Amino acid sequence: MPKVHLEKENKTVNVQAKTIAELLKKLKLNPTVCLVTVNNELVTGQYKIKSRDKIKILPVVSGG
Amino acid sequence: MCKFCKTNPVITLTNSNISLCSSCFIKYFEKKVFRTIRKFKLLDKGDTIVVGVSGGKDSLTILNILAKLAETKRDLKIKAVLIDEGIKNYRSITIKDAQKFCKEKKIQLYIYSFKKEFGYTLDEMVKKLKLNPCIICGILRRYLLNKKSRLLGAKKLATGHHLDDEAQSILMNQFKNNLELSARLGPITGVARFKNFIPRIKPLYLLTEKETATYAFLKKFNHKYVECPYSQDCFRNDIRDFLNDFENNYPGSKHGLIFSFLSVLPLLKEKYKEEKVRYCKSCKEPCAKEICNACEIIKKLK
Repeated sequence: MPKVHLEKENKTVNVQAKTIAELLKKLKLNPTVCLVTVNNELVTGQYKIKSRDKIKILPVVSGG
Repeated sequence: MCKFCKTNPVITLTNSNISLCSSCFIKYFEKKVFRTIRKFKLLDKGDTIVVGVSGGKDSLTILNILAKLAETKRDLKIKAVLIDEGIKNYRSITIKDAQKFCKEKKIQLYIYSFKKEFGYTLDEMVKKLKLNPCIICGILRRYLLNKKSRLLGAKKLATGHHLDDEAQSILMNQFKNNLELSARLGPITGVARFKNFIPRIKPLYLLTEKETATYAFLKKFNHKYVECPYSQDCFRNDIRDFLNDFENNYPGSKHGLIFSFLSVLPLLKEKYKEEKVRYCKSCKEPCAKEICNACEIIKKLK
């Protein structure tokens, strides 16, 4: 099960999903407000997740 | 796949459903900023532009693009101004990002602090005044940005406000039934041009926050996410969440809001046209009342 790091919350969770779009849905995250990287490369919702992928979710909204 | 070069995409644009790879997206983004500048006539020949920077993704993005433009337009001068409000564990981090960026790009960065200008940090003001920190910060930051830009010889003050910021402001003013405030919005702000008032330009006006964040990520501008400790309390945050949920369910809504607003903006500007601007009796800065809001706050601090 791929590990997903949530940058804003600074925590890592395990989530089973076939694509990034499905992953965001499972995490109840709005794709408008986050960027997703797989192995440090930006990807879109259509990306098909592989078991060893390192996934990071970064907030789009500025903190100020 | 990227619409143009068929490689892996980094973003899907919600209003057009087009996917773009990293290099096509950067070209698209910069081209759109340049087009916005031309469309709304944001720059004039020989302008000195002061860019208001915080060290965050939006302001570094616009600073980068304007600096790039200044490389080809030699008569365009770019300077950067940063206002240090004095927010513990927040501003000190973004100041470092701004300093590093300006040093690399050889841009002059001028830093002014609330503490030095008004005698108190924002943290101290919040404790003393018991007012909404976002209101104090907004008033004093705008005041200093205008005053300092003018002293630095600016013809325009550029900010990193993007489509999302504008859409939020439009909706906030609607909900508060304050169309007069909306008349002061738009890609170039101020109902009219007055002495001592530096017109503000928003070259990211037609780019979304997600597009801006994507550009900043690809250009490696920020390394760490930091959040203003006061940002939780804002009315703007609720409007932002509402708009983002709506955009997710109905893609293109934010663009729709902006373009419909742009078509009524000339009417609003005409309706709320100010014949004469007032100057604050205390500090002589342009304002809407006898005493400006910044002086009112400073008075309360004494």
